[in-house]
Amino acid sequence: MTLLLVFLGGAVGAPTRYLMDRLVQRWHDTVFPWGTFVVNVTGSFVLGLLTGLQPGPLVATLAGSGFCGALTTFSTFGFETMRLIEEGSFAEAALNVAGSLLLGVLAAAAGYGLAVHIL
Amino acid sequence: MTPSGTGQDVFRGRPARRRGRAFSVVGVIAIGGGLGSVARFLLASAVPVGANGFPWGTLIANLSGCFALGALMVFVLQVWPPSRYVRPFLGVGFLGGYTTFSTVAVEITRLAAPTAAVYAAVSLVAGLAAVWCGMTLARLAARIPVRRGPRKEAR
Repeated sequence: MTLLLVFLGGAVGAPTRYLMDRLVQRWHDTVFPWGTFVVNVTGSFVLGLLTGLQPGPLVATLAGSGFCGALTTFSTFGFETMRLIEEGSFAEAALNVAGSLLLGVLAAAAGYGLAVHIL
Repeated sequence: MTPSGTGQDVFRGRPARRRGRAFSVVGVIAIGGGLGSVARFLLASAVPVGANGFPWGTLIANLSGCFALGALMVFVLQVWPPSRYVRPFLGVGFLGGYTTFSTVAVEITRLAAPTAAVYAAVSLVAGLAAVWCGMTLARLAARIPVRRGPRKEAR
């Protein structure tokens, strides 16, 4: 049952990431991987919010482990950064790493704080 | 790669087929993402949380996923013949669902500052190293030159 919930959450999260990435990538013409960046920061905010709301195990598994886990990605983030490095775009690579980490953690903390103190 | 940009131009004039294919690609990503998420969940359940709450499960999933994606992308882009579903299923779907960024971000906010700093640094540095290892080993296996200088024309 738990595995089915994780599967279903992941089966919605991954295509959502794909579509969001395509949407964001269409809006700019730079080498910076804005699509993955935006998805990861957004997903971190949602998971922080979810953690703060302390839902039951069903929602936590479906929306947390499944949806948010699959909505965000570490492998594509790593690959896109490595590709920037190989292409000589060192500034973009450094900005992607520092920005994703910093804004991701801030977004998670903001989501958590919003859930605990305001909602 | 297509000569001019996005690669979608080939489908112009065939909107019906294009839509059908787009849906099937999304479906393949969904199945891959579901399976990858289950794999990550099983791994996280099997690996015990370390001292100070160090999230070994997430770290192992992310590093192995980075290694696998690095290797996969070399084969997808440079070795295997073009395929519509391999990258969506394995790369975007399975490995995208298997690895996670949001869990890392939340874990960092929950850990004590020294542990969080170590976890963040190890995730990023070892993650990039894992991608590089995957790409390099794949290039060696496929007999492609390992070192490639900065290329302006690359995608």
